[in-house]
Amino acid sequence: MTATLLSYDDVLAQFDPALGLEVHVELNTATKMFCGCPTVFGAEPNTQTCPTCLGLPGSMPVVNAKAVESAIRIGLALNCQIAEWCRFARKNYFYPDMPKNFQTSQYDEPIAFDGYTEVEVDGELYRVGIERAHMEEDTGKSTHIGTTGRIHGADYSLVDYNRAGIPLIEIVTKPVLGTGAKAPEVARAYVAQLRELLLGLGVSDVRMEQGSLRCDVNLSLAPKGADRLGIRTETKNVNSLRSVERATRYEMQRHAAVLAEGGKVLQETRHWHEDTGITTSGREKSDAEDYRYFPEPDLVPVAPSRDWVEQLRAELPEPPHEKRARLQAEWGFSDLEMRDTAGAGALGLVAETIAAGASPQTARKWWLGELARRANESEIDLGSLGVAPADVARVQSLVDEGTLNDKLARQVFDGLLDGEGTPDEIVAARGLAIVSDEGALSAAVDHAIAAHPDVADKIRDGKVAAAGALIGAVMKEMRGQADANRVRELILEKLG
Amino acid sequence: MPETSEHAGGPASDHPTISRDEVAHLADLARIDLSEAELDHLAPQLNVILESIASIQGVASADVPPTSHPLPLTNVYRDDVERPGLTAAEALSGAPEEEQQRFKVPRILGYDQ
Repeated sequence: MTATLLSYDDVLAQFDPALGLEVHVELNTATKMFCGCPTVFGAEPNTQTCPTCLGLPGSMPVVNAKAVESAIRIGLALNCQIAEWCRFARKNYFYPDMPKNFQTSQYDEPIAFDGYTEVEVDGELYRVGIERAHMEEDTGKSTHIGTTGRIHGADYSLVDYNRAGIPLIEIVTKPVLGTGAKAPEVARAYVAQLRELLLGLGVSDVRMEQGSLRCDVNLSLAPKGADRLGIRTETKNVNSLRSVERATRYEMQRHAAVLAEGGKVLQETRHWHEDTGITTSGREKSDAEDYRYFPEPDLVPVAPSRDWVEQLRAELPEPPHEKRARLQAEWGFSDLEMRDTAGAGALGLVAETIAAGASPQTARKWWLGELARRANESEIDLGSLGVAPADVARVQSLVDEGTLNDKLARQVFDGLLDGEGTPDEIVAARGLAIVSDEGALSAAVDHAIAAHPDVADKIRDGKVAAAGALIGAVMKEMRGQADANRVRELILEKLG
Repeated sequence: MPETSEHAGGPASDHPTISRDEVAHLADLARIDLSEAELDHLAPQLNVILESIASIQGVASADVPPTSHPLPLTNVYRDDVERPGLTAAEALSGAPEEEQQRFKVPRILGYDQ
């Protein structure tokens, strides 16, 4: 089912992309949107339900005040207007992930609307308009049983309603135009920035791998210079920052191939496949998508007082771009260093590592070097690696104390990624500490000198640069567990 | 009365109507399996109801908003505090079938468009 793709350069030569991003954020409230059930992730199936979220007859929903507050704060942080009066609506559909046969959402009266945020890619600012941010509830989780393990070809499905009713905020952008070749990076930067903003607000765990932040990518292409938008597809299931970028690029290339042949892009939902890096056709968008929205009669309208809204506005945390400027000054990072750190989604991780005692440059070095490499290898986001900022700070302090060198530190990261415990436990269990036993070191240096008499002669003649070969031999004998500077000193002492 | 036409959701007309095809579409969306005879029978009946609603809308002037809530209440909230719910066994007690402590439901895409 592999689609034909046009090369990326050809896409850009012929077409202008228009992006639209829909992000669903699960709020981190203690209870669900309309009932007092807990919202713990990973609980045993169907242990966090009640008559309301199961849609049993006679049950009545009541709005979670904290969720409304979070929705307003998100709206304000995205420079939105906050509705003076708005209602919930029933989105009717037949799918067993909602036992009520409808999802309580908002329709034409979102709590927040008409905002914007600015994202930076390669030093350029792109303004992303926010169409709306509305309140709704999450659905239950279906497991499809059958030979395919997927919804197509399933024999039957099993549903867990723990997630049904967890507060969700859906944030929808206006069409983002004028991004050209940078469209995939702008899409990624927007989601990364939104994640940072939500984290700063403290309203969500924003764990993409756990589904508390989910992204749908809308994309269309128009012939260059055209004054109308092309037909769009909506790609679902794009659940990492890296995938946002890849899926956008893929759809650009796929659309372009269809259009370049004179074809017509089908307006449809597409599914992103993380493993193969392609999208496949979902359902066609047509009049089948008639949700018969109507105002929810069981919930009274939400009319946030202007005093409350202004109070929440006054209490907003520092906006991400201001925070970034402040951190850059505090950390002494160059523009490039700051951009790379933000681009890798590592600002928070670096900040926490510094807070745990590491210097800004060492924190950046580990996250953007060794750890970024491993995240790329595993095709996951840095934050999902499973290495805590405090662990990184501890590894660096072990380096600073002379217990580890960088090479040994990398082995500690191996241990951290394998879940072998804390850095100190891993150093002990793997026997990684640098050998500071001068006797053993001295013996290894003697062995190296004896094994390489020609090199030793050169050093005796003053060619100090030749010491590298002997250091290498010593490090090999010491299995890397030596301080290279100390080894150099010993060699020069013995041959000086 | 042109100002009432938007409430009927259709084109401007004094007599909103619903076609037999629209009734069939609605039945389809609501998963109600209507026979041809039932469609013939129900479409005219729904038209009678629509006409009745149209005459009520004729009384309401343009400054009367459609009523979604009969009581003038707003901002009814609860605190974000956990309340006891159901055990899994209780939750599943009404399920026709269960498996792995989950509700077992027929294949979903049998109805896929």
